[in-house]
Amino acid sequence: MEMVNIKINNTPLSVPKGISILEAARYAGIEIPTLCFLKDINEIGACRICMVEVKGARSLVTACVYPVNEGMEIFTNTEKVRTSRKHTLELILSTHRRNCLSCVRSGSCELQQLCKEFNVQDEEHYAGRMPDFEFDDSAAHMIRDNSKCILCRRCVAACQEQNVAVIGANARGFDTHISSAFDKDLADVSCVSCGQCIVNCPTGALREKDDTDKVLAAINDPSKFVVVHTAPSIRVTLGEAFGMHIGTNVQGKMVAALRRLGFDKVFDTDFAADLTIVEEANELIERVQNGGVLPMITSCSPGWIKYCEHYYPDQLAHLSTCKSPQQMFGATIKTWYANAMGLDPANIVVVGIMPCTAKKFETQRNDQAAAGYPDVDIALTTRELARMIESAGIYFRNLPDEEFDNPLGEGTGAAVIFGATGGVMEAALRTAVEKLTGEELQSLDFKEVRGTDGIKEASYTVGGLTVKVAAVSGLKNAHTIMEKVRNGTADYTFIEVMCCPGGCVNGGGQPVQHAVVRNFVDLKGRRAAALYEADKDLPVRKSHESEAIKRVYAEYFGTPGSHVAHEVLHTSYVPRPKYK
Amino acid sequence: MIKKVSKIPFSGTPEQEQQLKAVIDESKHDKHLLMTVMQKAQDIYGYLPFEVQVMIAEGMDVPLEKVYGVSTFYAQFALSPKGKYNISVCLGTACYVKGSQAVLDKICEELGIEPGECTADGKFSVEECRCIGACGLAPVFTINDDVYGRATADQIKGILAKYE
Repeated sequence: MEMVNIKINNTPLSVPKGISILEAARYAGIEIPTLCFLKDINEIGACRICMVEVKGARSLVTACVYPVNEGMEIFTNTEKVRTSRKHTLELILSTHRRNCLSCVRSGSCELQQLCKEFNVQDEEHYAGRMPDFEFDDSAAHMIRDNSKCILCRRCVAACQEQNVAVIGANARGFDTHISSAFDKDLADVSCVSCGQCIVNCPTGALREKDDTDKVLAAINDPSKFVVVHTAPSIRVTLGEAFGMHIGTNVQGKMVAALRRLGFDKVFDTDFAADLTIVEEANELIERVQNGGVLPMITSCSPGWIKYCEHYYPDQLAHLSTCKSPQQMFGATIKTWYANAMGLDPANIVVVGIMPCTAKKFETQRNDQAAAGYPDVDIALTTRELARMIESAGIYFRNLPDEEFDNPLGEGTGAAVIFGATGGVMEAALRTAVEKLTGEELQSLDFKEVRGTDGIKEASYTVGGLTVKVAAVSGLKNAHTIMEKVRNGTADYTFIEVMCCPGGCVNGGGQPVQHAVVRNFVDLKGRRAAALYEADKDLPVRKSHESEAIKRVYAEYFGTPGSHVAHEVLHTSYVPRPKYK
Repeated sequence: MIKKVSKIPFSGTPEQEQQLKAVIDESKHDKHLLMTVMQKAQDIYGYLPFEVQVMIAEGMDVPLEKVYGVSTFYAQFALSPKGKYNISVCLGTACYVKGSQAVLDKICEELGIEPGECTADGKFSVEECRCIGACGLAPVFTINDDVYGRATADQIKGILAKYE
C-alpha cells in the first residue's frame, strides 16, 4: 500500500494514499463530525459539517470526500473551522422543527449532539420562513416528518442501496424535500417497509409507528391474556439501548424486563424459528423429490416478501409457503396453545418484539389468521421495547437473568442464528441433511454460509444429491440473484434471502447507532457474532430435536406438512404493483 | 416553487408512444442519457405526466423517483400540459411594479387554475415568466404570439373571450 506523509493539527503521520481526510484523521485519534456521510453509499459532501482547513487551500474543504496527498497539512479545530461548523448548524436549525423535548430521537439525535458540542446557543440565529410539510403516516410501519429533515439524503442512499429507491430529493432550492415520485404517500409506492431509512436518519424525521400504547392498553385490560415473544436477534441488540457494548447478549435481563412490564407469558420466537425450519425443510425435501418449483426461497423476512411481490410478482412460486416465525408463533398460540390452556383466542393478544419495521406490515397481511383472528396483534421494534422499559422505570442493567416461560420458551441453537444472514440456511441444512441421509451430522457448523458478505454460495453433497445453496442479504443482492432466477440461470436448490444487509441483526427496527459507528465499526458482524456464540453454548442445536417442537407435532400438527400444519403454518402471496 | 402535477387525464396516442419507445431504445444503454430522453419525451408529449415518466423509468431502468426528481429540479420540464392558448404573464421587475400580479391573479380567477396549470378542457394554460423585453409596455402578458401591453385586470375577461 502506498503511503503518504501528512500532518494533522501539526502531528505528523503516515497514512494510505487516497483515503479521505476524515479517515486519515481517525488514524490521528481525531473524530471529524459528519451528518450526511455514510461510507460507500452516501459520499456526497453535502452537509458541510466536516469542513477542515488545509494549508494552501483557497477555502475550507469537506473532509469526508477530500483525499489526502503527500505533504498535506490539515487543521481540524481552528477558529475558522469551528465558526463554519457552528454557522452550518445554525442554518440547519433555521428550517428544523425543534420540538426536541418530545422527539423520539431526543438523546440519540446526531444534530442535537453536534449543536451541544459546538455550543449552538441561539437556535433562532437564522430564523425565517419555515417550510410547510405534511406528515406522511400512510404506511403501516413508519412516519415521515419532513419538518425535521435536514436533507442529508442518508435515507435516500439507504433506500437506493436496497434497490427500492422510492424516496429521493424533489424540487429545488428552499423547496427541496425528500419524498416519493409525484409526492405520493409511502403507502402508495413500492416501499417494502424495511426501515433502513429510519436507522440511517440522523434526526427524528423518520421513525417507526409507535405501538407501545396499544401494548400497554392490552396489558392493563384484565380480560386479555397478553403473550410476548422475542425474535432471535433482540437478545443481542437490546442492550445497546441501555449503553451496553455492541454484541452483548442480554437474553436473561430482557426476559426479566418483559415479565416486569406485565406480560402474562414471556416466550421465545426461537420456538417458532425451529417450527419454521421443520416445515421449511420438509417443504424443500418435497419439492426436490416431487419436482416442485426450485430454487425454493425462504419467506421469513417480510420486507423481502413485499419486495418480491412488488418487483418479482412473476416469481412468487419460488417462495416457501411457510409463514414467518413471528406469524407461526402467533398462529400456534391462538390454536394449539389456546386449546391446551383452555383460553379463548379472542382474548389472547400476541405481541412480537421484532428487529424489523416490516413486521408491523406483516401483521396486517391477509391469510395470516389461523384461528380466525390475526395471528399476531402487535409487532414492536427493539427500539419501542427499550422505550417501554425506560418509561416503566426498570433499571435494565441491574435486572437479574431470568428464563423464558414454557413450553414455547424453548429454542435451539439453530433458531438463535436466524437473526444473522446465513442463519436460516444453516439451521435448515442441519435438519434437511439429517432428514435426507437419515444419519447424524458430524459437524453442525456450515461455515460457508456464515459472515456478513451480501451473497454467499455453497454446494453440499447430501445422500447422493448435490444441493447448491445461496444466502443473500440486502435487497440489492436479492435483485442480483432474482434476475438469475427469472432468466433461469440460478442453479440453486435453496436460497435464503434476508431483506436487511447482514440480516435481522441490522434490521430497521434495531437500536439506532450513529453514523460514526455505522461507518467505522462492524456493527452487523459484532451483533451476529453474539448469536453464533449463543448457538455454540446451547444444548440442542438442531430444530427437529427441540422437545417443544416434538410436543406440538405429537399433540397437534401431526407430521410436518400435514393438513393442519398447512392450515395453520403456511400462507400465500399476492402480486403487488410497482406503481399505482 | 413546487411544480403542479396535472390532474387532467393522460391522453397520449399510440403514435406518441412509438416515438418515445424509439427514443428510449436509442438511449437505454446509458443511464446518463436520462435527461436527453426526458427532453425528447417532452417534445413528443408537451409535458411529462405520470404515465410518460413511468415509461421512461421502465425503459431506462431507473427508479421512477429519479425521473421525477430530475423533472422537478429543472425549470425546463413541465408536469402540466400547455393549453391550446398558453398565457404567459411577465413578473419581471418593471411589470411587477406596474401591477402584473393583479393581472395574473385575475387571469387565474377567470380560468379557475393556478400558474403552471392547464384548464380541464385543454384550452388555456397559465405560466409566470420573467422579463420578455417589453418593459415599455409594462405590465405585459402574451397569449401564444399575441402581446398585450399596459394590461389591467378589468380587460382580462374581454381578452379571454376572443379566444375560441
